[in-house]
Amino acid sequence: MSNFPFLSVLTVAPLVGALVVVLLPRSRPVLAKQVALGWSLLVLALSVAMWVTFQVDGDRFQFRESYPWIPNWGVNFTFAADGIALVMLMLIAILVPLVILASWHDAETSKRSVPVYFALLLVLETTMIGVFAAADIFLFYVFFEVMLVPMYFLIGSYGGHQRQYAAVKFFLYSLVGGLFMLAAVIGLWVVGGKTFDWVALSQVDITTGTERWLFLGFFVAFAIKAPFFPFHTWLPDAGGAAPAGAAALLVGVLDKVGTFGILRYCLPLFPEAAKWFAPYALALGVIGIIYAALLAVGQNDLKRLVSYTSIAHFGFIGVGIFAFTTQAGTGAVLYMLNHGLATGLLFLVVGMLVARRGSALISDFGGAGKLVPVLAGVLFFAGLASLALPGTAPFVSEFLVLIGTFTVNKPVAVIATLGIILAAAYVLWMVQRTTQGTLNPALTEIEGMRKDLNLREKVVVAPLIVLILVLGFYPKPVTDVINPAVQATMTDIGRTDPAPTVGGVQEASR
Amino acid sequence: MNELTLPSIDYTALAPILILMGAAVIGVLVEAFVPRVYRHVTQLVLALGSVLLALLMVIRNANLRIIDGSEERVITAGWTIAVDGPTLFLQGAILVLAAMALLLIGERSVERGGAFVAQAAVTAESPEDRRQAEGRAGATEVYPLTTFAIGGMLIFVAANDLLTMFIALEVFSLPLYLLCALARRRRLLSQEAAMKYFLLGAYASAFFLFGVALVYGFTAGIPGRGAGVDFATIHAAVSESPASDVLLFAGMALIAIGLLFKAAAAPFHVWTPDVYQGAPTPVTGFMAACTKVAAFGALLRVFHVAFADAAWDFTPVLGAVAVLTMLVGAVLAVTQTDIKRLLAYSSIANAGYLLVGVLAPTRDGLSGTMFYLVAYGFSVLAAFAVVTLVRDADGEATHLSRWAGLGKRSPFYAGIFTFILLAFAGIPLTSGFVSKFAVFAPALDADQAWLVIAGVLTSMVLAFPYLRVVVMMWLSEPGDATPTVTVPGGLTAAALTIGVAATLVLGVAPGPLLDLANGAAEFVR
Repeated sequence: MSNFPFLSVLTVAPLVGALVVVLLPRSRPVLAKQVALGWSLLVLALSVAMWVTFQVDGDRFQFRESYPWIPNWGVNFTFAADGIALVMLMLIAILVPLVILASWHDAETSKRSVPVYFALLLVLETTMIGVFAAADIFLFYVFFEVMLVPMYFLIGSYGGHQRQYAAVKFFLYSLVGGLFMLAAVIGLWVVGGKTFDWVALSQVDITTGTERWLFLGFFVAFAIKAPFFPFHTWLPDAGGAAPAGAAALLVGVLDKVGTFGILRYCLPLFPEAAKWFAPYALALGVIGIIYAALLAVGQNDLKRLVSYTSIAHFGFIGVGIFAFTTQAGTGAVLYMLNHGLATGLLFLVVGMLVARRGSALISDFGGAGKLVPVLAGVLFFAGLASLALPGTAPFVSEFLVLIGTFTVNKPVAVIATLGIILAAAYVLWMVQRTTQGTLNPALTEIEGMRKDLNLREKVVVAPLIVLILVLGFYPKPVTDVINPAVQATMTDIGRTDPAPTVGGVQEASR
Repeated sequence: MNELTLPSIDYTALAPILILMGAAVIGVLVEAFVPRVYRHVTQLVLALGSVLLALLMVIRNANLRIIDGSEERVITAGWTIAVDGPTLFLQGAILVLAAMALLLIGERSVERGGAFVAQAAVTAESPEDRRQAEGRAGATEVYPLTTFAIGGMLIFVAANDLLTMFIALEVFSLPLYLLCALARRRRLLSQEAAMKYFLLGAYASAFFLFGVALVYGFTAGIPGRGAGVDFATIHAAVSESPASDVLLFAGMALIAIGLLFKAAAAPFHVWTPDVYQGAPTPVTGFMAACTKVAAFGALLRVFHVAFADAAWDFTPVLGAVAVLTMLVGAVLAVTQTDIKRLLAYSSIANAGYLLVGVLAPTRDGLSGTMFYLVAYGFSVLAAFAVVTLVRDADGEATHLSRWAGLGKRSPFYAGIFTFILLAFAGIPLTSGFVSKFAVFAPALDADQAWLVIAGVLTSMVLAFPYLRVVVMMWLSEPGDATPTVTVPGGLTAAALTIGVAATLVLGVAPGPLLDLANGAAEFVR
């Protein structure tokens, strides 16, 4: 089984599914949904098989496949996954079926073709899997850019208020980043001896000046994608306008491409430049944590609020990456997974709430818990997970990031900790204003608000809740996979962890 | 008295040119002697047939001279025509794209009588003019005119001296001026376009000719060699001539102006939007694809062969022109409200990207530029093919606001157009991305990073107008004014299919064409 070409099959499978879904007759939308769901479950099963096959103590990159594509330029279809990519692939495989199930009725409200909506979700899955599975930089770039197209149409055609504006803004921001990266990719290809192979390029020596420019080209693209402060302004618009399912994928997975890209490309390929830029990146991360959290507190739109919380969380991930310790790095990767689960859940639940009320404004709610107690409970849980309450998975990752950062950079760690307090503020206040307190009389007149979670919605939220709890108490299976990959990345940039201190005495020098 | 020796002529090498010129002459005879009802079919078959036959001869030549190597690459007909890799590749490109354009020109089911006016001399907007717009069969003179133009382009990219190049320039330009004036609808706009194109084109030709004269003066006085305007002599003169460099630089600049005018590079681009808008759409497509190939083919030969040793002197100037072209094309495209003008500015910006490739004086740069020309030609022809289909009772609906909601009315054609726009924007898995890479990479390799950065920045700006059209088509609601998309006749459908398929295939599997371009990328000197 270990020779099975997991990654290429996983990449192509959803695309085939999308074609099947599109070719189904438009008159039978339910069939299209069922096929899409079945197909994504198939991808999930395959991903689980891949996870089981992955050898924790094996090579850094596993499941490597390579087929020639454009031999003139040394471009290959090279796929390979390290622990970090594996975790992200698993996250995609888990989220997509849940999102399909959660979006069961979303497309019908938009007067647009229902099968196309689900086909777009599957196309998006193909590009997301491809971007994490690629080990050839050209291939990575291709998926990185193509990913925009299905997302653009998901937001633009099926989104809510201001969808056109949000879709165009999303596309242009990402395209601008992508073009910077294109220049850097070409530059890397020229100085790297006309190859796109990640392994070969990571061995190349680059002069300091060139290295910094190339780093910057990649970093800007990833910082826009992630998004880090000050490149974040597209996310609240896109997240606010996108249909809830697409928004969950947008912040849950798509944005992780940015942080993943920094870990996979910026650090190992340009280690010196990464170290040189690290203080600036840390500063951006810290500003993002505080600034986005403050903006989140002030939001009156649920989906925009969740988007801002994500920007704050990306600040944590950025800090974890650029602290250059294994603990912080592992924490950052773990955070990428946990944030996907927690914020994915939060977005889906918010989506359910918004679909019932027909408005995303917090001020239109109030005391909703009395009408839909289970839904309110799930929202509360998702909020707690999002603010990293101990016992939920995000706590583990946030804690790792903070202690990993504290060992090397105390001020940053201390300021970042303030973010936790602000997180409590925006989550609890949001929960309070929507589901607690006196019942808003307008709510009782809306028929949808009288229906609590149905079976389909319970099936959507249950796996995420279980995962958040399990990983909150027992993250070892995941950290075991992540750790070697993060350690290898730290070796690439030539950083070793500071030795542990006992009783305040530094035992050994670095 | 010296004995006059006749130059040896390699008829196989010249066959494509001879075939087209012969067909054009026959086309004129057809106009005179074949009854009116049969003319359209006869002319179309004749034109398409001659193009395909010429293409076969180009392929045969390429097989003999480049791939097999069993025959030499030659300079024939008294050092006037060079048949080498770039010539054959570009001739092949022109012929393939011209065949597609001919399919569009020959279409008569989309509009009654075709896209061309029956009698161009009738006063525009007069009652008689309105009557002929209603359905009199269009003029069939367009076919010999187009064939002459194609033949001229084939000579243009093969010319081995500046005088032959000038004659070729006129041979392909004059028919184009006429073709621009033959639109069935909006006659005034069409005539204005032709007039503008003709006047400015005449100026550009004059510049070119004056430049030739100066360069001729410059070549005089090389020790042991007569003066001349063939590229080998100019090449030798650049490093050896005792004459003042002012002659060289002035001549080079004037020649460049003539060529950059045809290539639609800024600041010689001002005719482009008006002419693209006014000309009949099939002719616009023909100009955007084939004229571009011809103009850049000539630019490549002039600057890579004749003036190669003056690269230090012309690179900064041409580089500035490239940056300006990209900037003007991209920025002005943002403000356009007419789809044909938008595509015209996009074509200007693309001329800038092509110049980036021209300025990479390596084999990769040459092959990248040639790849770009082919890829862009296919996409742009497909784009104009779609434009011919979006119409209402008054002809084509080219105002952008009329395209709102087209995605709901005709999702298939809107989808195709979206795909082409994504290709123009350089999204991967389309030929647009591969061709950008093909010109940017050699430029960076040749230490022209500033051109690449300018290219990347303008690409960002240029993405916006494309995206605006996509938004119009898909995200806006159709209004009463939204036209329908006419079901294309077989000819347009064929051209559209070829264009879209090429855009996709060259994006997904560009290897074979890149190989071909790379194998061909060597000039004979």
